[in-house]
Amino acid sequence: MTVYSVSGEALREVALSEEEYRLAVGLLGREPNRLELGILGAMWSEHCGYKNSRPLLGLFPTEGPGVVQGPGENAGAVRLGGVLAAVFKVESHNHPSAIEPYQGAATGVGGIVRDIFTMGARPIALLNSLRFGPLEERENRRLLGGVVRGIGDYGNSLGIPTVGGEIGFSPSYNGNPLVNAMCVGIAPADGLVRGLAGQPGNVLLLVGADTGRDGIHGATFASVDDPQESHKGVIQVGNPFMEKLLMEACLELVGSPHVVGMQDLGAAGLTSSSVECAGRTGSGVEIDVSRVSRRERGMTPYDVMLSESQERMLLVVEPDGVESVRSIFEKWDLHSDVIGQVTGDGTLRVKDGDDVVCDLPIGLLTEDVPRYTRAGSPSVELKERRDADVSAVVAGVDHDPTGALLTLLSSPNIGSKRWVWSQYDHTIGTSTVLGPQHGDAAVMRVRQTGEGLAATMDCNSLHCYLDPYAGGVGAVVEAARNLACVGATPLGMTNCLNFGNPEKPEVYWHLSECVRGMADACRALDIPVVSGNVSLYNESGSEAVHPTPVVGMVGSLPQVETAVGIDWPEGAAVYLLTTGQEPVLGASEWLRVVAGQECGRPLSADPVAESSVHNLLGKCIGDGTILSAHDLSEGGLAVALAECCIRGGIGLDAPDWGGSDAPEQLFGEAHGRVVVSVSSEARTKLEAACESLGVLCESIGITRGESLRLGTVLQVPLADLQTAYDSALSTST
Amino acid sequence: MKIGVVTFPGSNGDTDCMEVLRETPGCEPVLLWHKSVDLEGADALVLPGGFAHGDYLRAGAIARFSPVMREVERFAASGGPVLGICNGFQVLTEAHLLPGALLRNREILFHCAWAHVRVSSTRSPWLAGIPEGSVLRLAVAHGQGKYYADGDTLQTLQERRQVALEYCDADGNLTPKSNHNGSERNIAAVTNESGNVLGMMPHPERSTDPLLGSADGRALFSSVVSALAGVGR
Repeated sequence: MTVYSVSGEALREVALSEEEYRLAVGLLGREPNRLELGILGAMWSEHCGYKNSRPLLGLFPTEGPGVVQGPGENAGAVRLGGVLAAVFKVESHNHPSAIEPYQGAATGVGGIVRDIFTMGARPIALLNSLRFGPLEERENRRLLGGVVRGIGDYGNSLGIPTVGGEIGFSPSYNGNPLVNAMCVGIAPADGLVRGLAGQPGNVLLLVGADTGRDGIHGATFASVDDPQESHKGVIQVGNPFMEKLLMEACLELVGSPHVVGMQDLGAAGLTSSSVECAGRTGSGVEIDVSRVSRRERGMTPYDVMLSESQERMLLVVEPDGVESVRSIFEKWDLHSDVIGQVTGDGTLRVKDGDDVVCDLPIGLLTEDVPRYTRAGSPSVELKERRDADVSAVVAGVDHDPTGALLTLLSSPNIGSKRWVWSQYDHTIGTSTVLGPQHGDAAVMRVRQTGEGLAATMDCNSLHCYLDPYAGGVGAVVEAARNLACVGATPLGMTNCLNFGNPEKPEVYWHLSECVRGMADACRALDIPVVSGNVSLYNESGSEAVHPTPVVGMVGSLPQVETAVGIDWPEGAAVYLLTTGQEPVLGASEWLRVVAGQECGRPLSADPVAESSVHNLLGKCIGDGTILSAHDLSEGGLAVALAECCIRGGIGLDAPDWGGSDAPEQLFGEAHGRVVVSVSSEARTKLEAACESLGVLCESIGITRGESLRLGTVLQVPLADLQTAYDSALSTST
Repeated sequence: MKIGVVTFPGSNGDTDCMEVLRETPGCEPVLLWHKSVDLEGADALVLPGGFAHGDYLRAGAIARFSPVMREVERFAASGGPVLGICNGFQVLTEAHLLPGALLRNREILFHCAWAHVRVSSTRSPWLAGIPEGSVLRLAVAHGQGKYYADGDTLQTLQERRQVALEYCDADGNLTPKSNHNGSERNIAAVTNESGNVLGMMPHPERSTDPLLGSADGRALFSSVVSALAGVGR
């Protein structure tokens, strides 16, 4: 066997296995030098190269009549109405946020916003999906507070409203919180900018912040499993002011005939951005690192090529347009460096002045990334939990409907997140029609057309843990249902796959089953996946986080005025719409919070039956029949009704409700269930629409009074509901 | 009527201001870059919200040295109507065109919500068209909006009717609870001594459509247009 000069330590530093190194040497025909090894490690990391996830990602449907840009670019895009496109993507910043929550979350927002304006789209909304360990622990309160401030300060400074998202808490996230940020922008559908290198001779312009030593190896360290140990000293620091200038300057350049491509510098910095641009057009690039403006002295070519300094952008410009493009950046007080050019030889050549310090084929860094399809299997512990006798657990609980309802409302997964979202500017841009916690999805008005753009992020990670296929289906179906509940029709989807170490069979099993479920649901509901992100190795103390495949979905309403929230008006008739699926307590929030058990199986959604409910909502919200809508998720019927009471400020009077006080009835969970309200004159219209679309509807009661009164089993004053709901995050303040 | 909206690097409320001004009858809005030393014949000026120059050092502290500010000072001294919204209010206090200062909110957190304010003085042309005592529902979104001035200054402000807006409940009562950021005496907006310069933390430009939560902010912009038409500027 050949003996290589590289040390095991050097390979560990770049997170390459010996086998991978051997493969690379074989393809290259020689051993790489130190810089080349660093570049190889970054591009072959999970973060950049998707080596464990790529085969699975192929399951997603990515095409459709509305798709303007599918996966592979900085962000995906779908057609919105006639001439516009909605451009969107979600990205994780989990590992940095575990160490330095403020900067980790802030730069996560910065990164996803750059992905959107790089496409030539004006960002109009931010959402985020967060997971933390229980707030009883001081460290988790520090992480929550820091992450929320980081997201707020960065998004607020940019003037992009943060309008929605979700937060969940579970011990599985101790030491490894999840911070997923999603951005939605709007652009002319035929005017998107791509990350292309184009013809040889085109000029590479590096714009924005100077390059420092921060974040070197961020991509590789995001691909190993102990962030506490590995991430020290590699946290990037954000400067939203710089990003705001960069955004305005880049958007001013959209439509310039001289700009061939734009690519933001994210993970693996200049390396991945230049390689990606060249890879997409089959060309090469030559970069002279001595021409890159630096923040500190003594930086090596290695430092410059692998720095993850924030707020930088690579532009590919036609040679005779360089001066006119640079003048726009000068107006915004941004300096730009001509750092190299596009070549025709298909290599990444890095020079330091006259010395060639790296010479690698682009294909080695893109197409040749190894792909792993692993064998997965569920762990013994999981099987025990999943197959546990839920009815025995239920029988052991001293059931008190009112007490259970108040306990659930005051639990952090269900209760009010006002403490969080009041720190986010959600009114800037004068387009927020339904902001945080107002509807099941956020709704923005599209000023140019009068349409509504709805967006949501969803994932029930307990469901995904106990039954990953059902959880994957459920995440997609729930996101679509949330859009339907505001009156919107889904246009497209993005996702962020947050999992543990895929080399472990039980983690790979979770990953592959979740993706299979999501892909099947997307096909059944006809929703294309146009962008996404994968974050693996989310572990702490060798325990993986609960599988958390976060779905981000956007939809549209023909007229934004028709959007409805969850707040019902006084004197309205309340109905429960269902597909007929009976709720269960397996994997439910009641079981977790009230019984203290994470066990049992969640139900699997039936996307076909589900879509009839969505169609009904679209029709009856669009024509003004339905006045409010709220889907039943964690906590089931009782929690959903309580939330409508709280948001509307009006009680529910349902003395004739015929259900029992059994916990399945009140707190059980199922798919395809929605509480709606209509005026008393519109009752027959709703009932007829349900009949014709095959949706079951059950009359519940009338909105009036100061309490939630449900048959003979519940009568709780509104003030008590409100107090419980508002107390959920009180430990965080 | 030409109304200039001053854009500093880091301003982010300029677009929303331009939008409402475009929709205000009789109004022709114009964007003024912070390096400009020409107000392009503007009859009134708006300093929008945001984070001018990143709010580094201190909110508004660097923006007051932008070249355009000398012209803004001259314009204000000649009696021209100037409105500073949120960060614009902070810039105006840093430039000493308005008394007092804006400190970190009482809870030390950024706070975005809807707030009610009572119109307590209509001396400003931006408020002249609104009946005194009216309650407006306006968006607030700031981290440093706690109005502060020393006791003597507060006394003088009230005697001279320079307190323009006060945080209140929906019925117009000045309650401690409605004073969400902990401002002295519930103060949400003040004017200079002659009344032509108004600084306010709430965002009238975001409160322009019932669909978004309130349209009460429109009155400020139509008010200044009427006031200017009245004096024939």
